[in-house]
Amino acid sequence: MHETISASAPPPVVDICRVTRLFGNKRALDDLSLCVPRGGVFGLIGGNGAGKTTVIKHILGLLKAQTGSVRVFGLDPVQNPVGTLGRIGYLSEDRDLPDWMTVSELMRYTQAFFPAWDEAYAVELREAFDLDPNARIKTLSRGQRARAGLLAALAHRPELLVLDEPSSGLDPVVRRDILGAIIRTIADEGRTVLFSSHLLDEVERVADRVAIIHDGRILLTAPMDEIKESHRRMTLRFGQPHKRPPAFVGALSFEGEGSDWTYICSGESSQLRKAAEALGATVMDDAPLTLDEIFVSRVLK
Amino acid sequence: MRIHISANDGVAIYLQIVNQIKYLVASGRLSTGAELPPIRVLAERLLINPSTVARAYRELETAGIVEKRRTAGTYVSEQGSPLARRERIKILAERIDSLLAEARQMNITLEDVLKLVEQRNAAMQPEPVTRRKEE
Repeated sequence: MHETISASAPPPVVDICRVTRLFGNKRALDDLSLCVPRGGVFGLIGGNGAGKTTVIKHILGLLKAQTGSVRVFGLDPVQNPVGTLGRIGYLSEDRDLPDWMTVSELMRYTQAFFPAWDEAYAVELREAFDLDPNARIKTLSRGQRARAGLLAALAHRPELLVLDEPSSGLDPVVRRDILGAIIRTIADEGRTVLFSSHLLDEVERVADRVAIIHDGRILLTAPMDEIKESHRRMTLRFGQPHKRPPAFVGALSFEGEGSDWTYICSGESSQLRKAAEALGATVMDDAPLTLDEIFVSRVLK
Repeated sequence: MRIHISANDGVAIYLQIVNQIKYLVASGRLSTGAELPPIRVLAERLLINPSTVARAYRELETAGIVEKRRTAGTYVSEQGSPLARRERIKILAERIDSLLAEARQMNITLEDVLKLVEQRNAAMQPEPVTRRKEE
């Protein structure tokens, strides 16, 4: 499901159109299209090996599209790295930082790549993150290393902040810093954050738009509110027992036995209630779902 | 203003904020004229998207619970208090709904539920020294 962005909307920050990517025989991206509009937080969610990092590498111009096209700020990131990378802040999944440098060397080094580097902000972040300027990167704890990477990604106040699994393997305190950084970034009008994650409670908190990626394809992309409002868990009681669950509109998955069946459905509460009534079933429960539950039912479908 | 967000119960986050602020107003813990935290501040405190806070404030404004003032800032409106009773009833009605749904699932009749409510109410009266705890 690829969303169409209306003509009046500002051009998207990222526009990936029908990209297929093969690594040997493995199809990492399969005719994938993805549009990230300007402003807000975009959550790219998917399991391990779904293709999240491959998408991000195309956005950064680290991989060239074999088919289709990739545009970032309307530019091809492979042909125009200066015009794109200079406006992107990036924190990689493995946080590959130059190990031999000290924190202050990392700051000077990173500054050289970014004309828009804001030294006062960089110092503010260094202090907020409690990073010792003289500490070598390789001696930093996992959490401090993530903070150093975040500092380097944020201090030039990028138009687009890209975070690949920013929270994975980190303790709750560092995760708070990262979520806080995401929120402060978009509080500045017009900035965009794209982050990939499989920690869906975090995505649910901060993302206002979500794409579910699975097996190199986008299964669903929509505003978070829409996704939440268009999925329900309905428990129905039928007049008589059934061996198999009776067909129900929009059912993505089901469980139950006898006359009670619970469906995870796509559809709004009022429609689903009407459909239940038409089947002669009583609604025993009608509840919203977490993003996690929606994700699982979509991916397993 | 204490608000707790849970991403585990499926309720949209903006609705959690709306419900909790309504509750705070209805219970008098947020009084008329009290200022709500600025959108950015609350977003950073709760670690949620600022547009979610903005949506919650918009809903509260539409419901007449809060009002924006020209000098920026969102305040609990004068009309907040007359609304309070209706809101209180509404909050209670939602809980009763889920209680009834559960009772129905357990095949407990309405009569028994009502009896149980009275029993529990009696148990909660301050007369006996040993006041039973809510389970």
